[in-house]
Amino acid sequence: MRELTCILCPSGCQLQISKSNGEWTVNGNLCPRGEVYAVDEMINPKRIVCSTIKTIYPAVPRLPVKTSQKIPKEDIFPVMKVINQVRLDHPVRRGEVIVAKVLGTGADIVATADLYYLLEEEGING
Amino acid sequence: MRAIKAYDTIVIGGGPAGLAAALSAFEAGAETLMIEREKRLGGILKQCIHDGFGIIRFNQALTGPEYAGWYIEMVKKRGIPLLTKTFVTEIEQRGDGFRLSLVNSSEGLYQVISKSIVLANGCRERTARQIFIHGSRPAGVYTAGTAQYLVNILGYLPTKRCVILGSGDIGLIMARRLTLEGAKVVGVYEAKATPSGLERNIVQCLDDYDIPLKLSHTITRIIGEDRVEAVEVSRVDQTMSPLKGTEQVIECDGVILSVGLIPENELAESLGVRIDPRSGGPYVDQSFMTGIPGVFSCGNALTVSDLVDYVSETGKYAGASAASFVKDLPAQELIPIEKNEADFLYLIPQCFNINAVEQRLILYFRSRENRENVQVKVLADHQVIYQQRYQKLIPPEMKRIEIDSCPKPLNGIRDLRVEMEEGAKCES
Repeated sequence: MRELTCILCPSGCQLQISKSNGEWTVNGNLCPRGEVYAVDEMINPKRIVCSTIKTIYPAVPRLPVKTSQKIPKEDIFPVMKVINQVRLDHPVRRGEVIVAKVLGTGADIVATADLYYLLEEEGING
Repeated sequence: MRAIKAYDTIVIGGGPAGLAAALSAFEAGAETLMIEREKRLGGILKQCIHDGFGIIRFNQALTGPEYAGWYIEMVKKRGIPLLTKTFVTEIEQRGDGFRLSLVNSSEGLYQVISKSIVLANGCRERTARQIFIHGSRPAGVYTAGTAQYLVNILGYLPTKRCVILGSGDIGLIMARRLTLEGAKVVGVYEAKATPSGLERNIVQCLDDYDIPLKLSHTITRIIGEDRVEAVEVSRVDQTMSPLKGTEQVIECDGVILSVGLIPENELAESLGVRIDPRSGGPYVDQSFMTGIPGVFSCGNALTVSDLVDYVSETGKYAGASAASFVKDLPAQELIPIEKNEADFLYLIPQCFNINAVEQRLILYFRSRENRENVQVKVLADHQVIYQQRYQKLIPPEMKRIEIDSCPKPLNGIRDLRVEMEEGAKCES
């Protein structure tokens, strides 16, 4: 049996997970998402990666981004490498895809802020 | 002379609390003005690029900019009057309202008046001086929020190898963030025996990256003249005094401080608003009105929250209350909400207006110590109106109670109290 802390919400449930006859049993979860999380943690732990990308705009030098879905933990640093190579040369809206299907993970790198708005606040027309 | 503009409600602060307050005041029909000292709305959420915001409010994990983005779009869509890059220097109570002195680069110094005010000023980080780190001032000592600003907004990496002092959530988030950007985080050192941040952040920010968390440890010396070269860390005893002989020198070029947040209440204090030393913010009633009629408080200025969802919620109700205050003046008749100080670190609201007819009552509290299997009861005139069992209460996690349909009318009650008692032993 293994003990885990669920990271999906602030409740931070203490989960107990064990395997018998190829079946996982999860205890301690207050909601069904905890069960999925626990099994994922045992088989293939995944995380959303949040970071920033460079822009060409001196007034807004960085734009926040995230992966559109969770990616395997071992892909985090390779994906960071891709994120750090991007240099955005045009305004984007929140949710716009910056890098599609990054490293074959199935996740896109998407903007989490509206660069049009950020530039407008700086008095720059994108 | 220019005519002085008059408003029903002025919201000071354009972070998550102020955005929610301005929206609800405006939607309640008040002539609303929002004032923000920075260029952009969103407050601290602008730099909180990690996800996990809005699980309660939006039922999904958003990043800080996404969470703020939703509110900013709503404020823009509604066309709520807004002043950015504008600082409130003074508030003066006069007659049936308030006169605010503002300063900005387009108008200079000028004044506006308002019938009600929502204080949504947020909070500030505790600094090195406030935790008695003295001596020479080498470069490389940053509060976690400053480091976060440097990395996420400006794109600078302020350290290549650092030690984090304090296990507050921003410190944990920055441990991960700096690691992702290629810095080495040697460890997180916490003087207390228990972490200050949320358990999930310890898991996803420290454990995921094998960053050690050293409880009952603190920095006893920062070494370096122009730049941090190393720190000396020591174990501490239960009274947080460093233990001789446990010193250890760790080479690093940066120290990140995550040692607490303090509500910002200079404007409130200048008005004579009474501050609760436990919560760090004003004493308020259930409408989030302070002891001065017409002045409301919300968000991290009211008390430092661990969840932005609660910041928005207090903002929403404070804004709506400020708007309704203007329309119908309910005379304030307050009774204290009684609690055992040994059980509760604090409880908000601290008092209850018995003249209010609103039957909804929302309470936020933190336990003073780690508690297991306790029952929290709310009693009105000695009759239990709400009870909830908690398997675990820990001070880092603020709890919320909502009583939306009371079994008895709350207006006119003479006694309101919240009690915490050991529950029956857990059936395992």
